[in-house]
Amino acid sequence: MSRLPITKTPKVYVGGAFIRSESARTFPLQDAAGHFFANIPQCTRKDLRNAIEAAAKAGPGWAKRTPYNRGQIIYRLGEMLEARKADMTDALAVGGATKSAAAKEITATIDRLIYYAGWADKYEQVLGNVNPVASPHFNFTVTEPMGIIGLLAPAEVPLLALVSLIAPAITSGNTVVALASSTQPYPAIVLGEMLATSDLPGGVVNLLTGFRKEIVPTMATHTHLRAIAGVASADERKTLKLGAADSVKRVKLSKTEEPTDWFSDQAQSLYDLRDHLEFKTTWHPIGA
Amino acid sequence: MSTLTAQKRPVSRPQGRPAPELIFGDLWEYDPAPETADPKLKARYELFIGGKFVAPKSGKYFDSINPANEQKLAQIAHANAADVNAAYAAAKKAFDTTWGKMPGKERAKYLYRLARLLQDRAREFAVAETLDGGKPIKESRDFDVPMAAAHFFYHAGWADKLDYVAPGRKVAPLGVVGQVIPWNFPLLMLAWKIAPALAMGNTVVLKPAETTSITALKFAELIQDAGLPPGVVNIVTGFGDTGAAVMGHPTAAKVAFTGSTEVGKIIMRSLAGTDKKMTMELGGKAANIVFDDAPIDQAVEGIINGIFFNQGHVCCAGSRLLVHEPIAERFLAKLKTRIKTLRVGDPLDKNTDIGAINSKEQLATITRLVAAGVKEGAKMFQPACSLPAKGYYFRPTVFSGVSMSHRIAREEIFGPVLSVLTFRTLDEAVEKANNTAYGLSAGVWTDKGSRILKMSTELKAGVVWANTYNKFDPTSPFGGYKESGFGREGGRQGLLDYCKLA
Repeated sequence: MSRLPITKTPKVYVGGAFIRSESARTFPLQDAAGHFFANIPQCTRKDLRNAIEAAAKAGPGWAKRTPYNRGQIIYRLGEMLEARKADMTDALAVGGATKSAAAKEITATIDRLIYYAGWADKYEQVLGNVNPVASPHFNFTVTEPMGIIGLLAPAEVPLLALVSLIAPAITSGNTVVALASSTQPYPAIVLGEMLATSDLPGGVVNLLTGFRKEIVPTMATHTHLRAIAGVASADERKTLKLGAADSVKRVKLSKTEEPTDWFSDQAQSLYDLRDHLEFKTTWHPIGA
Repeated sequence: MSTLTAQKRPVSRPQGRPAPELIFGDLWEYDPAPETADPKLKARYELFIGGKFVAPKSGKYFDSINPANEQKLAQIAHANAADVNAAYAAAKKAFDTTWGKMPGKERAKYLYRLARLLQDRAREFAVAETLDGGKPIKESRDFDVPMAAAHFFYHAGWADKLDYVAPGRKVAPLGVVGQVIPWNFPLLMLAWKIAPALAMGNTVVLKPAETTSITALKFAELIQDAGLPPGVVNIVTGFGDTGAAVMGHPTAAKVAFTGSTEVGKIIMRSLAGTDKKMTMELGGKAANIVFDDAPIDQAVEGIINGIFFNQGHVCCAGSRLLVHEPIAERFLAKLKTRIKTLRVGDPLDKNTDIGAINSKEQLATITRLVAAGVKEGAKMFQPACSLPAKGYYFRPTVFSGVSMSHRIAREEIFGPVLSVLTFRTLDEAVEKANNTAYGLSAGVWTDKGSRILKMSTELKAGVVWANTYNKFDPTSPFGGYKESGFGREGGRQGLLDYCKLA
């Protein structure tokens, strides 16, 4: 008789730990052939609030890391993914990805991480500057991370799209709470396992699985989130923007109805990084 | 001089004792020194749409009054939705047919012309600004008007160099931009809004505040004189209903708003279902932080300038003084002495430090919040200066013994009212400074360079002034963190908010 394999209980990666939803709710996930695959945590708004708290704790330390160090850590993330391509291929296969499609998505994801890793100690030199004011002052503008960013991943391209949203946010020292693809959540579960073995401090990236209609309203109004980004439907965009007004959150959403080509070079940009930055200008007199 | 001897000043002082402070207040009779240049006001101002002054479709007008003496200055047109429609149609036509297609180097020349024409008529504009808004003539003459001209001059030069705004990407204008500006720096805010928008190739529909429309309409005369194509800049005057029509118009690709956080949130909600780009320049409750090693006399001047500049009608006003405990008593004493020398009165007088409060409504707001400060137990100080019989005036006011939970420490007062708090450690100063929903600006006073850079890093504010305060420049980006808004105005960063990336 052949050996019965051990199945994995999927858990989401929040605050550097693997958790089930506080509600103890799950939803069943079928694989591409329609067979039961696993029960995925159905995270609640309380889970979202807990994740934001974890992100808040991790924020100051992550922002204070040197840009060189953040660059190396994001590069290390790329290393982890490269070394575990096989795991991730299996994870993408649950959603129906062929071997070659999975390989394409995984390598694009790794390359995206390497792209942003390289920006970590350079974007400041491109985006900030000294301002030649018409008075005896030394005046300079530098960037700072905004704080905690809420991210909404689209249903499709569940690994690459998620990482394309996370990477520009954390490169500059923000921390994130991301809701993974609701139809293909499993790659995000596996990504969490890779994050845990990288050098990324716990709480910098927090991944939730569950239903958008349960998470989006709280993401819209939670005052500790400084910005919201990702992909949303027309109704969700309105909900998010309405909620954002309460605490003047920055909102940068692309449209579900106008799909992004995540594989394109246009899907990675210095200006995606800039969307999660504040600009601070300091004046100081010049004199003896 | 008999009044001076009546104050019983010591005839000589023991060695080592500091010299007594000079007593000014009302003891020194200054002769009036009014600025007399002709502001060349019209009796009635129409809307400026499609390069022409046109009567409002509503047929309605309202009075703009001089807050210094409550006298009527001029009639201003009240634009309704149909007028705003016409303004957008003119702006769209200008974008599609002239301005949007014009080479940058030609747009630049128009902006240079505007800068020069404003410089030519600077004194006239300064007097008009002071009459309409109540700010001291020395400020409108030496700050508002020259700085407005400087903004046009700076942005003019960008118009043909836009390839350098966003490295790695091409930029393109957005189209028609709707802009609503506040009453505290009417002409300067117009310049902050119009100059970058036009440099980038956009066209504009702008609404000034209802109490301060005159200099915007005088600026429309410069637009005619400069020969700008019709419709590139359209100015619609009116109240909140006009502003809402400007912000909500479907033709606007972007809206830019400067004003209160309360109204900013209303605009954000009203546009939640749209794809309009937004920038918001909202309120503030800035901390001005003085450490015990600060150059005290300079710091006193900086605190005074920080809160009493423009009667405190400044979104980045240093309205919370955080002073290091070891020097708190001495610092507060010096501050009070200095406040006694401030001259409150006729804004047109060249000696006036604090002019008129912009409107009756704003005076009521200030009075209400000051009453709340007294009621909550803070200790109020006001100098015994006399105020003019007519007009809206408020004495410079300092509250000591303020705690973080007091309304006067949390709410934007937008008047000449300073709340004084103390701190013991740097961490406490940072904690108190950042403990607000706002994040527009902050000030730091210390002799220690490393501490300045530490504070500048820790303070959650878009502008940090170290050993100075309320400094502005077209090259220097201005804008807030958190509920003070988003987007920047000025500098390279400000331009990027008026374009799309190709």
